[in-house]
Amino acid sequence: MWKQSVDYFTLEVLGLSGQINDTINFFIYDTIKIWFLLITIIFAVSYLRTHFNTEYVRAYLQGKSEFTGNVLAALFGIITPFCSCSAIPLFLGFIQARIPIGVTFSFLISAPLNNEIAIAMLFGLFGFKITAIYIGFGLLVAILGGYFIGRMNMQKYILMDVKPMEGELEDIRISLTFKQRLKEAWDYTYDIFKKIYLYVMIGVGVGAFIHGYVPADFIASYAGSDNPFAVIIAVIMGIPMYSNAAGVMPLVEVLTSKGMLLGTALSFMMAVTALSLPEAMILKKILHIKLIALFFGIVGLGIIGIGYLFNFIL
Amino acid sequence: MKIEVLGTGCTKCKALEEIAKQAIAKVGGFHSVEKVEDIQKIMDYGVMNTPGLVVDGVVKSTGKLLSVEEVLELINN
Repeated sequence: MWKQSVDYFTLEVLGLSGQINDTINFFIYDTIKIWFLLITIIFAVSYLRTHFNTEYVRAYLQGKSEFTGNVLAALFGIITPFCSCSAIPLFLGFIQARIPIGVTFSFLISAPLNNEIAIAMLFGLFGFKITAIYIGFGLLVAILGGYFIGRMNMQKYILMDVKPMEGELEDIRISLTFKQRLKEAWDYTYDIFKKIYLYVMIGVGVGAFIHGYVPADFIASYAGSDNPFAVIIAVIMGIPMYSNAAGVMPLVEVLTSKGMLLGTALSFMMAVTALSLPEAMILKKILHIKLIALFFGIVGLGIIGIGYLFNFIL
Repeated sequence: MKIEVLGTGCTKCKALEEIAKQAIAKVGGFHSVEKVEDIQKIMDYGVMNTPGLVVDGVVKSTGKLLSVEEVLELINN
């Protein structure tokens, strides 16, 4: 129905046709669809979130056995908020609660990878199936990555002395009424939307231009099956783009429709969200560079593996 | 009453300190607002999401930039 209204608007009201109609139509259709989905999904996630804060997650993960801990930590990463500015207190807080370092990393990988903006954008652009694949394989990278880091005996590379808490840690419970939760969720949604709506527009705008004017074989020759290093290049390019996930994803969708392989696209998007340079800089204050390098190395390899796997299967 | 704002220096933490001061000014009387930047002390409160708001040693809010009204409400409870 939304498609028909946009068609009517660009064809009848604006009287456009041909390539220019294609481009403008695509732009209006995608921008508003994604805005709508962003608001809906961010609101839903932030409402759920008022029930699970990180302090609660920590109390829950305390004393879980290693592999179970990795799985649970990765799952919690979907629902809890994460901002690279709170990476240090989070990391130290987990260590303080004697949660194994590998479990902590599972959470640290999963939380930004499965952030609500990325999920909303993916769902709006690629649909349910690809979103589910992204989350599923993202969890796999977080679980296995954290597990391997845990096996590597890296405790000595934590540069800050954290004295473990005596006994069980209590979760801090801050009770809220239903109305307060709704308000909080709405405030958060509004805050995020205000920050990213313009990036979405720019991303979709550039995407719409490519959609209308750039020939398909142009992109296919760079990012398609002819280029065996496409996945690796995509992952490296994704690292500095963390803050712009909302603007980058519409581009990826258009590139995919123009011949970029889906595995390459998935790897790129995972690199954008999971490997963030600012986060690495912040963690450098409390972690030895070797541990950070290991963290980036394992996650990077996992993401590259997923890309090749998908390009091979699909 | 002693109010502590927990935060290692993010923009939201500084903003919350300002707001806590404004809230205190509305309450009147002798109260103190203190910014806690030592990560160890923040850990001791069990807080992982900054900014945190602590009133007389009790954690009232974490990870949120509150409004003046919200701070007043938390102080009064």
